[in-house]
Amino acid sequence: MVDACDIVVVGAGPAGLAAAEAAASHGKRVVLIDSQPRAGGQVWRHDALHGQPRVAMDAIRAAAGNANVTYLEGTQVVAVEPERLLLQDARRGFHLAYGALVLATGARELLLPFPGWTLPGVTGAGGLQALAKQGWPLRGKRVLIAGSGPLLFAAAATAQRHGAHVVGIHEQAGASAVHRFAAGLWRWPGKLAQAARLRLELARVPYRTGSIVTTAEGDHGVSGAHVRGGQGDERIECDLLAVGYGLLPQVELAQLLGCALEPEGAHARVQVGPWQATSQPRVFAAGEACGIGGIDCARVEGHIAGLAAAGAAVPRALVQRRDRARAFAASLRQHFALRDDVRGLANDDTTICRCEDVSLGAVRTHTDAREAKLATRCGMGACQGRICGGALAELGHGPRGGMRPPLFPTRLATLGEPVLSSVSDTRGYTP
Amino acid sequence: MKMSTVRLTINGLRVHVPAGISVATAIALVGQPFRHSVTGEPRAPLCGMGVCFECRVRIDGVAQQRACQRVVNPGMRVETDG
Amino acid sequence: MSGHDLIIVGAGIVGAACADYATMQGMRIAIVEPGVVGGGATAAAMGHLVAMDDDPAELALAHYSLGLWEAFANLPQAEFSRCGTLWVASNDEEFARIPEKIARLAASGVAAERVDARELYRLEPSLAPGLAGGMRVANEAVVFPPAVARHWVDRAITRGATYHADAVFRLDDRGVLLHGGQRLHGPVLLATGGALPSLLPGLPVRLRKGHLVITDRYPGVIRHQLLELGYADSAHGGDAASVAFNVQPRPTGQILIGSSREYDAVDTGVSMEMIRRMLERSFHFLPRLRELDAIRLWTGFRPVSVDGLPYLGRAPGRDDVWVAAAHEGLGVTTSLGSARVVVDQILGRAPAIDPTPYDPSRVQP
Ligand SMILES: Cc1cc2nc3c(=O)[nH]c(=O)nc-3n(C[C@H](O)[C@H](O)[C@H](O)COP(=O)(O)OP(=O)(O)OC[C@H]3O[C@@H](n4cnc5c(N)ncnc54)[C@H](O)[C@@H]3O)c2cc1C
Ligand SMILES: Cc1cc2nc3c(=O)[nH]c(=O)nc-3n(C[C@H](O)[C@H](O)[C@H](O)COP(=O)(O)OP(=O)(O)OC[C@H]3O[C@@H](n4cnc5c(N)ncnc54)[C@H](O)[C@@H]3O)c2cc1C
Ligand code: FES
Repeated sequence: MVDACDIVVVGAGPAGLAAAEAAASHGKRVVLIDSQPRAGGQVWRHDALHGQPRVAMDAIRAAAGNANVTYLEGTQVVAVEPERLLLQDARRGFHLAYGALVLATGARELLLPFPGWTLPGVTGAGGLQALAKQGWPLRGKRVLIAGSGPLLFAAAATAQRHGAHVVGIHEQAGASAVHRFAAGLWRWPGKLAQAARLRLELARVPYRTGSIVTTAEGDHGVSGAHVRGGQGDERIECDLLAVGYGLLPQVELAQLLGCALEPEGAHARVQVGPWQATSQPRVFAAGEACGIGGIDCARVEGHIAGLAAAGAAVPRALVQRRDRARAFAASLRQHFALRDDVRGLANDDTTICRCEDVSLGAVRTHTDAREAKLATRCGMGACQGRICGGALAELGHGPRGGMRPPLFPTRLATLGEPVLSSVSDTRGYTP
Repeated sequence: MKMSTVRLTINGLRVHVPAGISVATAIALVGQPFRHSVTGEPRAPLCGMGVCFECRVRIDGVAQQRACQRVVNPGMRVETDG
Repeated sequence: MSGHDLIIVGAGIVGAACADYATMQGMRIAIVEPGVVGGGATAAAMGHLVAMDDDPAELALAHYSLGLWEAFANLPQAEFSRCGTLWVASNDEEFARIPEKIARLAASGVAAERVDARELYRLEPSLAPGLAGGMRVANEAVVFPPAVARHWVDRAITRGATYHADAVFRLDDRGVLLHGGQRLHGPVLLATGGALPSLLPGLPVRLRKGHLVITDRYPGVIRHQLLELGYADSAHGGDAASVAFNVQPRPTGQILIGSSREYDAVDTGVSMEMIRRMLERSFHFLPRLRELDAIRLWTGFRPVSVDGLPYLGRAPGRDDVWVAAAHEGLGVTTSLGSARVVVDQILGRAPAIDPTPYDPSRVQP
């Protein structure tokens, strides 16, 4: 027996929370699933030191606290079968049948290889932020932040609140692009206010545009980085180096379900119609899985998807808000477009596949991603090509191939689990 | 507000760490190294969000667990080069 | 364009082995392959080099091939690992049949030994309790098939083979016509695996789908390729979908778990139902697997002839068309012997083993 519910929402970030709340408020029985130990997604990640902002707590209460919503934290969707999902948490695997599905799987960071990027102490920019919120020891540490986009500011602010000494923020985009972006922010007053707050908070941190980290150095961990910018090359000492080149949509679950994708730069996003419907019947998608758009976009898309999945009418005003938010995303993409030289930092000796230790030189000679994988093991490891696949696509080595199950490394016991378990067993399971 | 603590072992060391932090963070707090790559290079967490698998450890005897995705629990046994 | 001594169609492990041997014999060849070298059934295979004793002709070809594989034991990209094969007896009845099997293998020159239950658990402590014993074939090994195919094709190219990244559209009187419109002249060797009937409808091939699961790295959990002695029943048994315990230690420490067999499945997708059946069988023998992480599931299609033996030789009714295809679940093992059996005949030489059982003309039109 497979226990059923009306709607399954995958992802409890801003998009998924809004979707669950909207669907539940129309009387649907909703199961909300997230692999992280706590709800909130990326932007509202619970901070071990500072908790969560009020708006996040409200959104979580409105969704996970709704009597129609069963919230499964620390639970990952690992495979799909017709009309049902295979899930696993720390203890067990089980199946869950659904009437409709909302994919709110968010985004991950685009991490590009450069010499030294495998040293301990080198993280993503959002990666550093996430680790900081988990309680990573930062007090008194010199942190250098680089890459591209507004996430650099958010990461710097979080690091500083956790006691780090942020020695600089280095944005690859040129000064004029960044200024044009800032000058256009008045169209999104909320964003403008947020940017101003962050700038004030980080007033003492040097901010450089047109500046790229070319190499990380250190023996057992990072101790410094070479930076190339308008003033030529310089070496900056640091204890932690956080480099992120923006975000890319997490489309793997949509792919397994057979949903059509469309290009987002060198990457892919889930294709959706005006009411967030994907190409598969009764499967909806919302938030950054449908393209990088930021938190406002995620919330309104989640709201629309939740209503649409519940079969409720979608107010026009929501659609208009979504379109405005998407326009912000387009502006971001345009102004923080990656310069060509960030794609040329890795040399033939630089590791590209961190799971299998394959160098860029080894894969460069192959024109086909599958051939490269068979010949070098690139992408065959535990991350299933999530890191090297994104990097290789950005470096112009062709898109990643299709997705094979499982979605994440999965206990064999879960894959072998007979179709018996019921979600009602998991109610009340809150570790 | 006084922070409660959790006791666990990391690479055989008994340690006290603040409750609510991730296993990855606990390892960093006590200064233990993370995993070695297949060719023996030292590695440490990269993404913080469960996608890079650089933070894998053995927890209570089960290998290949992502330390950034697990909150510390009393009595947990964590080994970093499993 | 001048003629070739041989046009090899398909660069799976079988076509690649043919290309390597033919160029070693000094032939001027062309290789035609539209996809990735070794990207067909070859990329899906477990890569177990194994002798099966249930058919004497299959065994002769396997034994011949296993000897030839020794030349690649030190090739780094082959990932050759001599883990040996350990066939597990579930009960006394299976255990009692081991001496016959050993005798049959020995008659073909394959050395095997019976191990009692104590020795079985010394060799493989993770096996479930209650097994009767087993049969160990210590010399057998595993390889990574697509990388070997790539190596053989590269070697053939360094010896002058030309490579055409295209598909053969049809055979004609003087050679082949490629999809792109190009014609190649010369005798043709079809090594197109499961796709054989599209160019040669007279030789039937059925596809038998298989599922595999690979784990993350867990070195030391098992040491041998482990199979249940009942495997042959499922491997060569009837039409019904079947699963058997068949797990392999990769040199990386990963564990590769098979195997399912299913006729007439058309889609390439993973069936979670089949995975469940396969894993249930595996847990029965190796309960420890339950706690390990799988990182990938995939499927492949074994090409099966009318009688389970490969087609090796001249195509029925054709002078200049040869075949090396339909190796079912043993084509990696028998690729090297197959290449010699066919190419020796093309060169007018007597092969080292009797080629008659594999002669495609056994198929009545
Ligand atoms: C590391 C990082 C840090 C960021 N920090 C900020 C910030 O400070 N400020 C800001 O404005 N924006 C930030 N962003 C951008 C952020 O992605 C968006 O603003 C916003 O969180 C998008 O909301 P979402 O609901 O679409 O996705 P997310 O918030 O990313 O939520 C998606 C959720 O889905 C879950 N999930 C995915 N796949 C599965 C699965 N198979 N099974 C179960 N659960 C699954 C994930 O665990 C995640 O919790 C950050 C992004 C990243 C990657
Ligand atoms: C799940 C599974 C597990 C297995 N495990 C083992 C094992 O452990 N040990 C073992 O020995 N065997 C094993 N096998 C069997 C083995 O994989 C096959 O027998 C073997 O790979 C067949 O090789 P091939 O070269 O004939 O076919 P393929 O590898 O399929 O190659 C045929 C090639 O022909 C090409 N082609 C097709 N049509 C045309 C055309 N018109 N023009 C040009 N080219 C064309 C294709 O692109 C393809 O590359 C397994 C098979 C499966 C499915
Ligand atoms: S740090 Fe990337 S998975 Fe944990």
